[in-house]
Amino acid sequence: MSAVVSVNANNYFNVAHSLRSWLTTKDHKRIGLLYLASITVFFFIGSLAAALIRMELVTHTGDLVPADTYNKLFSLHGVIMVWFFLVPSIPATLGNFLIPMMIGANDVAFPRLNLASWYIYTLGGLFTVLTMFLGGVDTGWTFYTPFSSMFSNSNVVLTIVGVFIVGFSSIFTALNFIVTVHKMRAPGMRWFRLPLFVWANYATSIIMVLATPVLAMTLSLVALERLLGIGVFDPSLGGDPLLFQHLFWFYSHPAVYIMVLPAMGVVSEIIACFARKRVFGYKTMAFAILGIAGVGFMVWGHHMFVSGQSMYAGMVFSILSFLVAIPSAIKVFNWTATLYGGSITFEAPMLYALGFIGLFMLGGVTGLFLAALALDVHLTDTYFVVAHFHYIMVGGSIMAFIGGIHFWWPKITGRLYSEPLARFSAILIFIGFNLTFFPQYIAGFNGMPRRYHSYPAEFEALNVLSSAGASILAVGYILPLLYLFWSLRHGRLAGANPWQATGLEWTTPSPPSPDNFESRPIVTEEAYNYQPEGESRG
Amino acid sequence: MSLKLIPEQASSVAPSIDVLFYTLLALSVLVIVGVTVAIVWFSVRYRRGAAVERKDVVRRPRWELTWTLIPLALFLGVCVWAGKLYFDLYTPPRDALPVYVVGKQWMWKVQHPGGQREINQLHVPRGTPVKLIMTSEDVIHSFFVPPFRIKQDVVPGRYTTAWFTATRDGEFELFCAEFCGTDHSKMIGRVVVMEPQAYQRWLQDNLSGKGLAAQGSELFRSLGCSGCHSANSSVHAPLLEGVFGGQVHLQNGETVVANERYIRDSILQPASQIVAGYQPIMPSFKGQVDEEQLLKLVAYIQSIGVREGNQP
Repeated sequence: MSAVVSVNANNYFNVAHSLRSWLTTKDHKRIGLLYLASITVFFFIGSLAAALIRMELVTHTGDLVPADTYNKLFSLHGVIMVWFFLVPSIPATLGNFLIPMMIGANDVAFPRLNLASWYIYTLGGLFTVLTMFLGGVDTGWTFYTPFSSMFSNSNVVLTIVGVFIVGFSSIFTALNFIVTVHKMRAPGMRWFRLPLFVWANYATSIIMVLATPVLAMTLSLVALERLLGIGVFDPSLGGDPLLFQHLFWFYSHPAVYIMVLPAMGVVSEIIACFARKRVFGYKTMAFAILGIAGVGFMVWGHHMFVSGQSMYAGMVFSILSFLVAIPSAIKVFNWTATLYGGSITFEAPMLYALGFIGLFMLGGVTGLFLAALALDVHLTDTYFVVAHFHYIMVGGSIMAFIGGIHFWWPKITGRLYSEPLARFSAILIFIGFNLTFFPQYIAGFNGMPRRYHSYPAEFEALNVLSSAGASILAVGYILPLLYLFWSLRHGRLAGANPWQATGLEWTTPSPPSPDNFESRPIVTEEAYNYQPEGESRG
Repeated sequence: MSLKLIPEQASSVAPSIDVLFYTLLALSVLVIVGVTVAIVWFSVRYRRGAAVERKDVVRRPRWELTWTLIPLALFLGVCVWAGKLYFDLYTPPRDALPVYVVGKQWMWKVQHPGGQREINQLHVPRGTPVKLIMTSEDVIHSFFVPPFRIKQDVVPGRYTTAWFTATRDGEFELFCAEFCGTDHSKMIGRVVVMEPQAYQRWLQDNLSGKGLAAQGSELFRSLGCSGCHSANSSVHAPLLEGVFGGQVHLQNGETVVANERYIRDSILQPASQIVAGYQPIMPSFKGQVDEEQLLKLVAYIQSIGVREGNQP
């Protein structure tokens, strides 16, 4: 590390201090931080619901909250976590902050649209939280018809409006990234010199632009059926309830990749840096990202193997779902191979990244169980599914998100956090996570259905383990919040590049200047030009 | 508190499903352990400061192909295997005993061909294939018996079917697996598997009135169906004797199998499937018959449908 470290006086914090300057900013870095603040609030609202769910499930009888309240809690948890945390998490915070810097640009292509995206997101979020105070929604985040359209007595339409609104923020951000990556790369920044984080967010943006409108239309149809009795999904009105599932999963399966692709991007950056190695098979990794994004659109029917859809359709969706595992597996193998011959250190971001690989792998292979037709019949709609997607979304996406926040924290704030505390939290989260969700695989295999307020006594021991794990997980999530805040004022100054990382963002001072670069950078080398110690080029 | 790790097996398909499960589990463990060992080994061997030769390996297409194609072949084998089992799981044997299930918030209503009715219970004989013909009166439910390894969504507006052969006497929990509202977690019933003789006794003891087909026959007359669908009717309507299970040629050139779903659709949406050579003159009975009556009509049509050469 460099000996003389000073804070960059001309940085994007110092340029103006008023609240107004933040609320009217067009700086992608400030907007990234606005998003970070908002999604953190929503994350903790969603977590609060999860905490209440886990408390209820400690005993097999439904004795903490009434059934309707429980149903509203898991619905709120799902809606908030999917649309107000996971979908925007990495793209809208780290993506906003980093993509322009990584490609050598001063800002995104449409800064005003970027700010509008945050306002729309926050508006949609507040609206959805408002519905909670008006009585909540009890359909689950999946809004299955005809329950949602004709039978539920909760605030379905209001919640749908909230989700509908937030969809536009996804689309705006995605449009912005697509145009930015196409048009604003610095001279020499060819496509295959882009960091994988940029590739991942680019692919994610394409999914967002293509899939989000389908969700908006589908939910609008639910609202129309509910409000005006226009028969689309309810068979008593001449509709088809399975049509809803097809449309919903046409968005919501790709949405899983919206949540996990950016995480893969983060992990690629971190592993290359702390192994001091170029990412193994860079081009393969980039194509794997695009492959996942593409094939991900053709696997939605694997959510419907027991719904009564045609067996032959089931077979096609099953094979496609197995095929989408190929690029995911390639990524895991290539991260592992990146370590080979490296010069590895284990700072907190690296611990998160390695944890990501483990949990993502477990989530991935259990996905194959659910893609295997005859096994899915037994496992679907049980806690096996709950465990599976939490391994991908919480074990995968949130690990990577927190890891990424740690990795780029010195760049974002100019300060270093407490390394021992950060490592401790990473390990705590890993342990707490596994204790929470691994028992759910076993409960699901034994037939415990999901979304049960009370459940047969035989599953109680597993649920106690799960709830115990959740309390550890809670500590693991609160700790970083505390020490990261603390570091804002008291952390050591980081300097421009505390990790000795490659990438244009690290060539700027920390925190970066409002315009990022003093002069337009010119790129002359591949991404990840790391050199392990004592390496013999061969 | 007891810790249950492995589900019991109580149907003919459960053992083969479990073999598939454990095979896939073994493959998965192999991959996970392999990658984990590699990560740990590399992490230790190539930690910073370790004196070890480091080669710059950034691309080896052959390695990538190897570790992609071999697992792919193995896992695709599992995929096909699971597909085969799935087809078995949803293709009931011809001689399966039909049982009619109607789900509603939040209970299971069961009717047996002999007219026996039960709620949140399903009595079946051990060793006999049982075919469930299911529908819902309101929202989507899902019929799930973990020890049988079967699950099937129960969807309003259509029939879905599932089948099983129970292999062990006893009582097994029947869950609703698709979220269906307030008391979703209370929509739990029992499947009671009985020795065949005990089952016969149970059928006798619970006899109340006529069989389903006979009740359907009464409905067939009281609703006026027989006014048109009979040999001496002046209205030109297809005769229904011998129809069930056979092929029906439609006006639009399609051919459909006359199964439960076809009968149901023909009663509720007669205009949607006009039999070749007939006029679309039948009115819809939508709103005039409830799900349980529909099932009785289906049972009646089925009872007069058995004919040489027809396949159920």
